[in-house]
Amino acid sequence: MEEKVLSGSISKEAQAAMIRKERTANNAWHKFCRNKSAVVGLVIVCLMILMGVLAPLLSPYDPNQINVLETYLPPFTGSHLLGTDDLGRDLLSRLLYGAQMSIVVAIGATVLGGVIGILLGLISGYAGGVVDAVIMRIMDGMFAFPFILLSILLVTILGSGVFNVILAIGIGNVPRFARVVRSKVIVTKNEEFCNAERILGASPLRIMFSHILPNTVSEVVVYATLNIGSAIISEASLSFLGLGILIPTPSWGNILRGGRGCLTTAPHIAAFSGLLIFVAVIGFNLVGDGIRDVMDPKMKK
Amino acid sequence: MANQEILLQIKDLSKSFKVGSRKLGVPAQQLHALSHVDLEVYRGETLGIIGESGCGKSTLGRCIVGLHTPTSGELMFEGSPLSFSGPQGKGLRRKIQMIFQDPYSSLDPRKTCGKIVEEPMVIHKTVEDRAQREERVRELMGVVGLDAQHVHRFPHEFSGGQRQRINIARALSLSPDLLVCDEPVSALDVSIQAQVLNLFGKLQKEFGLTYVFISHDLSVIRHISDRIAIMYLGQVVELCGAEGIYDSPLHPYTQALLSAIPPASPFEKKKAIELSGDIPSPIGDQVGCPLASRCPHCTDRCRRECPQLTEQTDGHQVACFLYDKERAR
Amino acid sequence: MDELILEVNNLKTYFFLASGVAKAVDGVSFQLHKGETLGVVGESGSGKSVMSKCVIRLLEKVGRIVEGEIKFDGQDVLSFSEKELMAYRGQDVSMIFQDPMTSLDPVFRIGDQMMENLRIHRGLEKAEAKKVAIEALRSVGIPNPEARFEAYPFELSGGMCQRVIIAMALCCNARVVVADEPTTALDVTVQAQVLRLLKKLQKETGMALMLITHNLGVVWDMCDRVMVMYAGKIVETAAVKDLYANPLHPYTWGLLDSMPSLSSQRKTALKTIAGTPPDLRLTGTCCNFYNRCPYARPICTEQVPELVELEPGHLVACHRQCKSETLKRGEDGGNG
Repeated sequence: MEEKVLSGSISKEAQAAMIRKERTANNAWHKFCRNKSAVVGLVIVCLMILMGVLAPLLSPYDPNQINVLETYLPPFTGSHLLGTDDLGRDLLSRLLYGAQMSIVVAIGATVLGGVIGILLGLISGYAGGVVDAVIMRIMDGMFAFPFILLSILLVTILGSGVFNVILAIGIGNVPRFARVVRSKVIVTKNEEFCNAERILGASPLRIMFSHILPNTVSEVVVYATLNIGSAIISEASLSFLGLGILIPTPSWGNILRGGRGCLTTAPHIAAFSGLLIFVAVIGFNLVGDGIRDVMDPKMKK
Repeated sequence: MANQEILLQIKDLSKSFKVGSRKLGVPAQQLHALSHVDLEVYRGETLGIIGESGCGKSTLGRCIVGLHTPTSGELMFEGSPLSFSGPQGKGLRRKIQMIFQDPYSSLDPRKTCGKIVEEPMVIHKTVEDRAQREERVRELMGVVGLDAQHVHRFPHEFSGGQRQRINIARALSLSPDLLVCDEPVSALDVSIQAQVLNLFGKLQKEFGLTYVFISHDLSVIRHISDRIAIMYLGQVVELCGAEGIYDSPLHPYTQALLSAIPPASPFEKKKAIELSGDIPSPIGDQVGCPLASRCPHCTDRCRRECPQLTEQTDGHQVACFLYDKERAR
Repeated sequence: MDELILEVNNLKTYFFLASGVAKAVDGVSFQLHKGETLGVVGESGSGKSVMSKCVIRLLEKVGRIVEGEIKFDGQDVLSFSEKELMAYRGQDVSMIFQDPMTSLDPVFRIGDQMMENLRIHRGLEKAEAKKVAIEALRSVGIPNPEARFEAYPFELSGGMCQRVIIAMALCCNARVVVADEPTTALDVTVQAQVLRLLKKLQKETGMALMLITHNLGVVWDMCDRVMVMYAGKIVETAAVKDLYANPLHPYTWGLLDSMPSLSSQRKTALKTIAGTPPDLRLTGTCCNFYNRCPYARPICTEQVPELVELEPGHLVACHRQCKSETLKRGEDGGNG
């Protein structure tokens, strides 16, 4: 059953070129690239990750090397490019290592919160009824609790440390993921193709994991990318309060905290760490928006 | 007809839905989607079901395939009660399949065409070997007129008619006996609709399929069916052979439905039999004939009692007091 | 009867997509006279809806009218300012959409929506507008219009909503009504009611009706003239009875044959048009129908057929239907 394609005087090559062009135009990556702000975001995100990964190579100094003779050096002077902090540690090195910490915590927390949230949302949305009511009321309860208080509580119980911070922020993210996934699951499970699966004899588990879950991927990816940005802020807030990453391990949050005491005398410490947090969050949000535009063509324009 | 084997028997089937009230303290009302439907489907035939929106024809289809559980009444398949639970139920599943109206939402957008057609065989483990399964997928795609090279395409890369073909291939992969088709061509363009209708005809001949064909388009129904059931407000009001419905419609509703169909040529002028008003709401209990409020022949008795399907001539049944032999006596 | 109201000349509307230019409407010309009903038939993607949206100047951003003119009463519609367009859309030309439920704003009462229309377009006072609106509702056969005036769209059935929309079109005294699949979303019995209503109102007001549909039965019932569109072009246009009795274009034949009719033999295979409509980005260099046409000749792949008048009022665009050559319906394809 080969269909004749309408070509007329158009040559085969021209037609093939058009089909190629269409493939390209519909290709997710090319769609993403047409969105300039998303590309800017992606560049920022890549730079941030590179900073973290290459921190050991890029850092001119050991981030924890104390030099009491060179405290509060201003930036762009002498051997320390971005100056030094209250203990004479090189700020650039600390920020690079801080990127490592912040991004690990943010991604870790998002993955943790995502996995638990997706599972809960999937069960809640698919089962409905009492199960849904119980799960969602618990989520509502967690929502109602201010996020910072929740994290403080968790960190107080669990103690500080990288893993515990990830756990605290991750658990704080669960209800949001659960909600996003649940609403999409409810829409999807009522679509005709899920009825078709039921008629074909597919088990509920198969419908949930093989059909509904893949259809929530776009929502989850978009939400997770946006969430990384807010997780960076969460980590910074916790560290700023002294509950997150413990000194002397650098993270953007506790560098910012260190700069708080000397805002008037050495503003560059707070300024650079704050700026990095700001840029990183913007970067992840731009990428998230870009992915959403690609995934959901209806949202465009 | 009578000597044919009954494949599916629908006995006194009713289905009602609870309609929740938003106001506190007001009890939920019942929406009667189907009330006391009795139908028989013979092996190898096509039973057409026609009616306007809200008449319960889709609910009937969904009860047959087990998407809805009937409120009361019974479904018998090949002489034994139809139930999809338990190990026997899984076997029955394979015998009754459905084609949906919307070719766009009835295919999982994230699976390729090949995976969609293959999946039923994986679920039921009918074909264990992967290479054999792929072979069967190609074969099925050929049967429904799809290019076997397109196995790796996603549903959105197909047109509406082609998607409906994928739907059909998926249902066929289990070699069913009964295919419930819920408005399978109403979302398609005329020229594509004809292609799909021809495919249905061809498959019936080839595989001896039995169809329950639900549609609102009388010309489509008449073209494909052997017998036609006309539904109105959850009840079957007339049941007859496909020719009879056009030549000698008995029920006032059928007559009105026929007269409302646009003419087949600009030279034809139709006599308009108009039913006044809209279809009444199926919510709450009703007394009497469902058509009573709109029927030009309505009598007191129609408002009090509900007429039953009674046989008039061979195989032609109607539920209307106009044809009640007792009254005529 | 013969007064010309709407004239469209060589209208071309293209959609500029990332993957190419889709020629949704590719050189369409027609005229609409007072009191006339013009049917536009075609499958989805034939450009009939886009064309109707051009006529009322409601086109999405990606689509652009690249060529041609639309004249209403001798005025150039395409050069209208935003303000002139407001008046044009409400007063001169009205549109009835396919889905009655979504073309009314769900959060306002239907009475308020009608009155707003009347106050903008006819400058009526509130009390007067209400009177006119209720009168219009009564004339479209809505029972108890005073009560329905206060209803929200979701409280009405599909047929009732479509009547309300027709009433809105009416009470602005529109001279041209463009109806895009007005009955497709409705049941047959309701469709019959709505069509009868449109006919009756047309007789009373003398409005011109452009009826876009894919249902040929509706065309037979309602229209005086009919235009068959395929892939953005008109392939045939004729008076309804001529088109039925003597269709000329192979696509029209296919369209007529593929409808299962109530009088044809049951259970026989329907004649179909093989294949699917072309990609609109590839059209325009040859006959758009040639890949599905059993009568195609080499010339069909080389030249775009012109729309020629073979009989008075009967125009067709086919290389094999011209003054020097005629093709008979059902004739052997001749190319295997």
